[in-house]
Amino acid sequence: MKQYKYFRGGVKAPHYKNTENVETTVMPIPDLIEIPMLHHIGAPCDPLVKPGDEILVGQKIGDSDKYISAPVHTGVSGKVKKINNVLFPNGETVKSVLIESDKKQELHPSIKPPVINSKKDFIAAIRESGLVGLGGAGFPTHVKLNPPEGIKIEYLLINGAECEPYITSDYRESIENSWNIISGINIIMEYLEIDKVIIGIEDNKPKAVEVLTGIAKTSDKIDIMPLKSKYPQGAEKMLIYSLTGKVVPAGKLPLDVGVIVLNVASVAFIASYIKTGMPLTKKRITIDGGAVKQPANIEVFVGTYIKEAISFAGGFKEVPKKILMGGPMMGVSQFNLDSPILKQNNAILAFNEKQSKMPEQTACIKCGRCVSVCPMNLMPVYFDIFNESGDADQLSKLDVLSCIECGSCSFVCPASRYLVQSIRNGKLLVRARGSK
Amino acid sequence: MEHKLYVNSSPHIKDVAKTSNIMFDVIIALIPATIISIYLYSYMAAIIIGVTVLSSVLFETLYNLLTKQKQTVGDFSAVVTGLLLALTLPPAASSIWLGVVGSLVAIIIVKMIFGGLGQNIFNPAIAARVFLTVAFSSQMTTWLSPGADAISTATPLALASNGIVTSNIDLFLGNIPGCIGETSALALLLGFGWLLIRKVIKLDITLTYLLTVVVFSFIIGADPLFHLLSGGLLLGAIFMATDYSTSPMTRNGKIIFGFGLGIITMSIRVYGNLPEGVSFAILFMNVLVPLIDRYTIPKSFGGVKKKNA
Ligand code: SF4
Ligand code: SF4
Repeated sequence: MKQYKYFRGGVKAPHYKNTENVETTVMPIPDLIEIPMLHHIGAPCDPLVKPGDEILVGQKIGDSDKYISAPVHTGVSGKVKKINNVLFPNGETVKSVLIESDKKQELHPSIKPPVINSKKDFIAAIRESGLVGLGGAGFPTHVKLNPPEGIKIEYLLINGAECEPYITSDYRESIENSWNIISGINIIMEYLEIDKVIIGIEDNKPKAVEVLTGIAKTSDKIDIMPLKSKYPQGAEKMLIYSLTGKVVPAGKLPLDVGVIVLNVASVAFIASYIKTGMPLTKKRITIDGGAVKQPANIEVFVGTYIKEAISFAGGFKEVPKKILMGGPMMGVSQFNLDSPILKQNNAILAFNEKQSKMPEQTACIKCGRCVSVCPMNLMPVYFDIFNESGDADQLSKLDVLSCIECGSCSFVCPASRYLVQSIRNGKLLVRARGSK
Repeated sequence: MEHKLYVNSSPHIKDVAKTSNIMFDVIIALIPATIISIYLYSYMAAIIIGVTVLSSVLFETLYNLLTKQKQTVGDFSAVVTGLLLALTLPPAASSIWLGVVGSLVAIIIVKMIFGGLGQNIFNPAIAARVFLTVAFSSQMTTWLSPGADAISTATPLALASNGIVTSNIDLFLGNIPGCIGETSALALLLGFGWLLIRKVIKLDITLTYLLTVVVFSFIIGADPLFHLLSGGLLLGAIFMATDYSTSPMTRNGKIIFGFGLGIITMSIRVYGNLPEGVSFAILFMNVLVPLIDRYTIPKSFGGVKKKNA
């Protein structure tokens, strides 16, 4: 099947897929893990355990009664040492559960395949599994699967467009775990009564295209569409447009246009959860960057400290100067190496001095490059100007809230303007003013 | 092992584009025109170009020093301004001091006082040229026929208003009287090609401008090729109208801009008493850029059409 539409703008980001042929290795159980109570967009969970509690594998340790939230589970057995606080890079402090593992890995009695008789049961089970969007954003999946009254879901789209440089964890997922991807797709099609599935994957990953084409052949309801490799092809709105031609209106969700988008790793997880009842406690991530000795793909427990994951993968060859959770275009730079790995992390990058330093800003030359690459058809140059002058009215008129923070504009700016930073600040200004 | 880590907003990589690289590409694109002008007018052109470029660079350096601002000459934009200005001067000895005065106007008054690169409303080289034309009209219209025995003569556009026709081949190759760098269409088109290949500019402005001129000529029954090739149109359409800070940013804006340029240029040429319309057209359209920008803000992807910001 040929690509349906091409989104406007976008950039040719470098690939740096150094780990695409590196098979995933499983990291042994660490002595200590620290599981934050927030891995997702939405309300944080409250801890359900207290210091001294003995806990077992798969046990739920945090939950919330808010709709947009997802429970948190432990992947190791052991003893709760402490309820801690972790500082997130956005400045937020979040509670966390510090666990000393006993390496016995005894299963919690609640772990058994969920009983599902209806669509409602299915969505409830997905909530219980703790699944959030594994592609990076971390939106609770059960919310994504639950259409508002009166909306029929037309398409299930599978996102295999891993457009961020360096990251290959989804690629490895497609190759190493293809069987779970097929069964995941079938399970979702069945329970949500969807009869059109399209797998989108960038055409620079021929091996994965081959494997997924095999999957698509198993049913005439499943199609595969190789996509032109262009950043940000994997952004939800761009992917939906490329695969179906549908445009998600500003401020709406894919569900509002009858579409569900799931990442390959999320689909594979759903299959394994339905089979075993084991909630989301492990994650496949790519370790790379100029400061690490051995770029790798590893499977880790959620809550593993960054430094331990990197030292398992081979450690540093240079002094790390920047630590990223996620890719270089949208990833978040960390304050230190002691942050725990989150559910939606798909990569940890450690940059050396040269990679870490961003060039100084110079005067904007009004070249319009930022405007021509913006996939959301926005005018980043004005966001920069009006953020500086603190003009929330103009920012809101120019639709700053529609920006998906893909970073394309900053990436191409010849004056190295910190456009995304201005945009984030501009969004705060608009929200603080309290208008839409 | 606590190391200091850099923490900043994403993205954490950048492509290679830098202001100075872009300006450098413009300079490269002007090399063919520069070479041809030196070939046609020998050392005189070389001196004018050298003096004008140097004085532009010097004025910017001095301005930054005196106002205690960060030095900006490293971005090469002053070189571009000086070079463009020099190429619009007549190939006579008086142009040496015209170049110095012009640079002063272009760099200090038109560019730096407005806030420097990216902040200026008028294209510095064009504004300076217009200033010189008004203030020193006799020196600015001392045209010479190219060649060893350079003699005072009139430009093809001035001749045409007296009914004398110049061959289009001569126009194309540059074998005609005119400013130093405006004369060879071939050299300018080579530069255009370079700018397009290097993605410094897009086709929009230049193409709309030239097409409008062609269509206008057809309608009034004039020779379109003659209008295309004479009077600094190509230099203006390729290098001056596409100046980033003084042209619109969106595609639609650029098309409106190019169209306006074409109409005004031809109106001045045909109905005005001035043979040269390009400079005035560009200056006039420069003023309209903020307005054009404001009314061509596109609809965001999935958004509703926004009224002017
Ligand atoms: S890309 Fe940078 S220099 Fe160009 S208009 Fe945008 S902000 Fe200004
Ligand atoms: S304005 Fe936002 S959506 Fe547009 S390129 Fe910049 S970061 Fe991406």
